[in-house]
Amino acid sequence: MIVFEKPHALTDTPLHYCPGCTHGIVHRLVAEAIDELGIEGRTIGIAPVGCSVLAYNYFNCDMIEAAHGRAPAVATGVKRAMPDNIVFAYQGDGDLASIGMCETVSTAARGENITVIFINNAIYGMTGGQMAPTSLLGQVTQTSPYGRDPKTQGYPIRVCELLATLDAPVYLERVTVNSVKNVRNAKRAIKKAFQNQVDGRGFSFIEVLSACPTNWGMTPQKALQWIDEAMIPQYPLGVFRDKEA
Amino acid sequence: MAHHEIVIAGFGGQGLLFIGKVLAYAGLIEKRQLSWLPSYGPEMRGGTANCNVILSDDPVGSPIVQHPNVLIVMNAPSLDKYEKAVVPGGKIFVDSTLITRKVERDDVDVYYVPATQMAKDMGLGNLANMILFGTVIRETGCIQDATVEEALRHVIPARKMDLLDVNLRAIQVGKDYQA
Amino acid sequence: MKETVLMKGNEAIAEAAILAGCRHYFGYPITPQTEVAAYMAKKMPKIGGTFLQAESEIAAINMVYGVASTGHPAMTSSSSPGISLKAEGISYLAGADLPALIVNVQRGGPGLGGIQPSQSDYFFTTRGPGHGDFHVLVFAPSSVQEMADLTGRALHLAWKYRMPAMLLADGTMGQMMEPVTLPDACNAFGDDNPWAATGTEMKRPHNIITSLDLSPENLEKQNFERFERYKKIEETECLWEEYLLDDADICIVACGITARVSRNAIVEARKQGLKVGMLRPITLWPFPKKALAAAAEHVGAFLCVEMNMGQMKEDVELAIRCKKPVALCSRVGGMIPTPDEVLEHIRKIAEGGDNA
Repeated sequence: MIVFEKPHALTDTPLHYCPGCTHGIVHRLVAEAIDELGIEGRTIGIAPVGCSVLAYNYFNCDMIEAAHGRAPAVATGVKRAMPDNIVFAYQGDGDLASIGMCETVSTAARGENITVIFINNAIYGMTGGQMAPTSLLGQVTQTSPYGRDPKTQGYPIRVCELLATLDAPVYLERVTVNSVKNVRNAKRAIKKAFQNQVDGRGFSFIEVLSACPTNWGMTPQKALQWIDEAMIPQYPLGVFRDKEA
Repeated sequence: MAHHEIVIAGFGGQGLLFIGKVLAYAGLIEKRQLSWLPSYGPEMRGGTANCNVILSDDPVGSPIVQHPNVLIVMNAPSLDKYEKAVVPGGKIFVDSTLITRKVERDDVDVYYVPATQMAKDMGLGNLANMILFGTVIRETGCIQDATVEEALRHVIPARKMDLLDVNLRAIQVGKDYQA
Repeated sequence: MKETVLMKGNEAIAEAAILAGCRHYFGYPITPQTEVAAYMAKKMPKIGGTFLQAESEIAAINMVYGVASTGHPAMTSSSSPGISLKAEGISYLAGADLPALIVNVQRGGPGLGGIQPSQSDYFFTTRGPGHGDFHVLVFAPSSVQEMADLTGRALHLAWKYRMPAMLLADGTMGQMMEPVTLPDACNAFGDDNPWAATGTEMKRPHNIITSLDLSPENLEKQNFERFERYKKIEETECLWEEYLLDDADICIVACGITARVSRNAIVEARKQGLKVGMLRPITLWPFPKKALAAAAEHVGAFLCVEMNMGQMKEDVELAIRCKKPVALCSRVGGMIPTPDEVLEHIRKIAEGGDNA
């Protein structure tokens, strides 16, 4: 009896992510959704710049590496040229909510029929732990060594809420992957975000609150708790848009 | 000499580019070498908009008219700007309703046409440009009478083709005008 | 016989791109190239193509990158300040070995500069417009007919060599109308692009489009390979036009609109008994170095006529190994040199007074 199997949509390449990082879980959920919908052969993924820059090595579908923040624009081009393909962008918080915010908002406003997976771990991971647009008030990072101060560094951006002001998106949900229950829920949301695209419904966006134990300076266990204690109060889980079919 | 370097200048909105386009299409129909170059963007130099047209039997070099042999002006700043540039023996066409001063040079032929006033008097709306153009066609022979209508059909948008007749009428008024 | 029509340079670019098979255009409004976007906005929806007004120049070039990744031809157009913004995307296109057409209808700079014509993006374009070691194919049309012809050629060669191509025009070329005989409709692009990201259909290993390689050994190898390709292009794809050069004592080097102006000056100079000719580069990268070196064997001096502070002059001096003096007739900021100004420089050289 098979009790555990790697999704076909993931390659055999070992992931490079740090211990306790939740990118691996989300990769798996995306791959499971692709498997279950039977769309691997027509899916084209867009990798960002950030920790998941090498995501193109991990997904078995065709992959494109975009410039920092430009994944939604690249995805737009791909989808316009290949409307029958399934196109997803996988982006972190610096990529999506800082340098790429213009592309994010504009792509959502156009209602491009794509799926965006947004990893919010409140920090720049790849460059070694700098303040992100989603870093919490008081959060200590390499570039906010005295804690994020709203007077000089502003407030964290709630992307789902922001996108919910737009007319076009069909589906906006924030989930997390810090417990078995939450992972199951995230899986449901991610699959739905792909299903929407298969059904031609429009822009679907899943924000996943993720852990970065390395740059948060915590054990993996503590990092999962910190999502509950610090992140969720700032970034409440839930559905921000779910247009009726 | 079948070589005309034409500058048409005035305020934006007077139909200067329109005259230029009619000239250019006439040139195309007559299978001549030609270029049409508009000024573009908000005008900053002396409040003029202009259009350069070259009609020639030989390949056109620079599309920028430095020394016109035909100058059509519909405001005073344009006359100030281009009067000296006209080649000796060239022709200057002046809308004398809008430009009250006289051309100072005596080595060029000047045609004063009160085109704006005539358009008003004859119920030809804003077709002062076409009245002046009629005189230009008569005096320069830069395009053939026979090609004018076909050229107009190219330039007037299809949905406004009912304006063809009134344009032709205005051109005829200019052709018939004697100072 | 094919019909000759009257078109603006910008419109000719748009129509020629469509005739060459390009069905995806992304742009952002900027003077003096907006007619390209306006033409595409009208035409693309009627032929099942894409016209998308992007949120920025950056987004537009990345949309082009997306389309190119799928093996379809795509283009964008802008003017100088907008091309600065596209530099990032152009570098990524070059790094990922993707074909694309970028049109630059130049205006005066730097900064916001002005909106009148200029050739001041010469360095920026010919040295590789973006970070990293790369080139783009650069075409400098000097008539509306060439705007059309070189658009098709640029798309075709971008495809052939899998690299970005740029059409480097200027505001005058974009705005002027001339008779043009449009090329035949064709599809310059193969349908079979085994490298493209089109979906595996579960029949092949996944394709990856990327400019990233974290192994310096591999990245070096990629750069070497790219430059092997560039070498071949330099040998085979140079275009230039010679005008009255055979017996010339003075060789004008000018491209685009300044070549047109220079032509008038040459005609006038010849009337005055001055033996002047012209070598007009049509490709700016690759630059016609060999043709210039050959000209240096028999002319006494060169005169570059440019709408910048002498950017191409450096390439001419390099090409001829400074064997002969190279003078400069230059206007900038949106000003265009007049034939009289060019003639004045010719006279000075002829009198031995302007040997740079």
